[in-house]
Amino acid sequence: MQIYLPIAEVSVNAFLLLGLGGMVGVLSGMFGVGGGFLMTPLLFFIGIPPAIAVATEANQIVASSFSGVLAHFRRRTVDFKMGTVLLIGGLFGAGIGVVVFNYLKSMGQVDLLVRLCYVVFLGIIGSLMFMESLRAIQRSRSNVKVSFKRKQRNWIHALPFKMRFRTSGLYISVIPPLLIGLAVGVLAAIMGVGGGFVMVPAMIYILGMPTKVVVGTSLFQIIFVTAFTTLLHATTNYTVDMVLAVLLLVGGVIGAQIGAQIGARLKAEQLRILLALLVLMVCGKLGLDLLMEPAELYSIASGAGH
Amino acid sequence: MRLVWILWIFYVALPVQAEDVVLGLSKDRVAITATFDGSEILVFGAVKRETAIPETPLQVIVTIAGPYKPIVVRRKDKRFGIWVNTENTKIEAAPSFYAVATSAPWDEVITPKQDAKHQVSVARAIKARQTAPADAEQERFTEAVIRIRSDENLYQLLENEVTVDQQTLFRTSIEMPSNLTEGHYDTRILLTRNGVVISTLNTEIDVRKVGLERFLFSLSREQPLVYGLLSLAIAIFAGWGASGLFSALRRS
Repeated sequence: MQIYLPIAEVSVNAFLLLGLGGMVGVLSGMFGVGGGFLMTPLLFFIGIPPAIAVATEANQIVASSFSGVLAHFRRRTVDFKMGTVLLIGGLFGAGIGVVVFNYLKSMGQVDLLVRLCYVVFLGIIGSLMFMESLRAIQRSRSNVKVSFKRKQRNWIHALPFKMRFRTSGLYISVIPPLLIGLAVGVLAAIMGVGGGFVMVPAMIYILGMPTKVVVGTSLFQIIFVTAFTTLLHATTNYTVDMVLAVLLLVGGVIGAQIGAQIGARLKAEQLRILLALLVLMVCGKLGLDLLMEPAELYSIASGAGH
Repeated sequence: MRLVWILWIFYVALPVQAEDVVLGLSKDRVAITATFDGSEILVFGAVKRETAIPETPLQVIVTIAGPYKPIVVRRKDKRFGIWVNTENTKIEAAPSFYAVATSAPWDEVITPKQDAKHQVSVARAIKARQTAPADAEQERFTEAVIRIRSDENLYQLLENEVTVDQQTLFRTSIEMPSNLTEGHYDTRILLTRNGVVISTLNTEIDVRKVGLERFLFSLSREQPLVYGLLSLAIAIFAGWGASGLFSALRRS
């Protein structure tokens, strides 16, 4: 069934979109990732203009994060104070991101920026995940227990403006979480991702937060940052396509619930390698597009004044 | 009596009056609904004349042109090993859609001079709306626009697609793709003999988003904040609903 997207002004197959949403949803439920970093490039591949893909995906992430954070509310694994500090940074970051995005859009370089960001980030995340899961498999084979030590004191503790975060059991400066939030906000606005894949490692390794509150807190921040990003894109670029978002999120929320059930029953390491390979494949495809001479050197953008 | 003769000669001598188009359209309104998947428009008509049919064959050209809009065309070049947009140029007005159907091969239906005068081919239509004189570079960009939009089926040259019966009845059907934009689609019928235009008729086809498509599009442009908030509300409701539904399913 073909459906006409009112903002993107293209006609696409509704089941393809539902399927994509569902597939990415299953993956995100299985691995506990947001899925934005997979969905946005997939939307490029099926011919949705990048500016619309990024803005609409931000809207969809609001839905999947909201669904996820409810579970964490019930388990009380959200550090609201830390979340709020990250959020303040995130809102500024999203603002900066949208300004950069709109400036590059007027220069005709926004596609390049979005694609480059994806190649760099997917490349890094994919390789890290791949190596990490290989090591995990080797560990489980050799049965050697490795204990991770959280650094108790580092340069983070030398910074001023300290604040107590009771839920996380931390007494640290607000500067690092503000900066992390800022970086994630910029990524959300430019790449149409939640940024969990950057924020979660940063919260564990840089801030030293306990693992059990990390996911809930990052989801809490992501909801507000992506909601803000959606509003900014909707009011400055008119690039949020509601029909596209609804189709993706219907598939996405159902897929995520199924994925969570599957993920609970399967071996994590092997699955993680598959996800890593998938991420590297998407990265490779995007990278090749930049390196190979395109079949058509010219492209059309709508004129000034929209 | 002499006066009547003079009037009659006058009447015959005026070529525009000699043969006229009477037109029918299968529809003068295309509605873009949520399930819009392209549309086919049937253009048919007859030639009205009060004199004998001339010796040279009659040719018919039908054009449908979407709204003209300014566009920016960019060209990629290799920089630092990757392909980056570098050069760009502005085209003041290019039609979003342009179909030309003819009753014979292009060269036979109209001469280049007449094409320039009546702006029948898409290249002429774009060039005529360009205020600055085009240099070779500009030409390449214009050609690229025609090439890209032809690939997307937005610009069509349909030679031999108009059937003409006994130099009087003509008909053609034009396929409009699913990626149409809204606006007035200027429709022209040109009659030619020996490559010279002898009669033209203009009409309009209205392409409009309707229903939900219309509502969402207008809302996103006129009340972007409300539209954004509505998108968020739907997203939050869907997220909350799905999580509630599935936890209910698990408990049962």
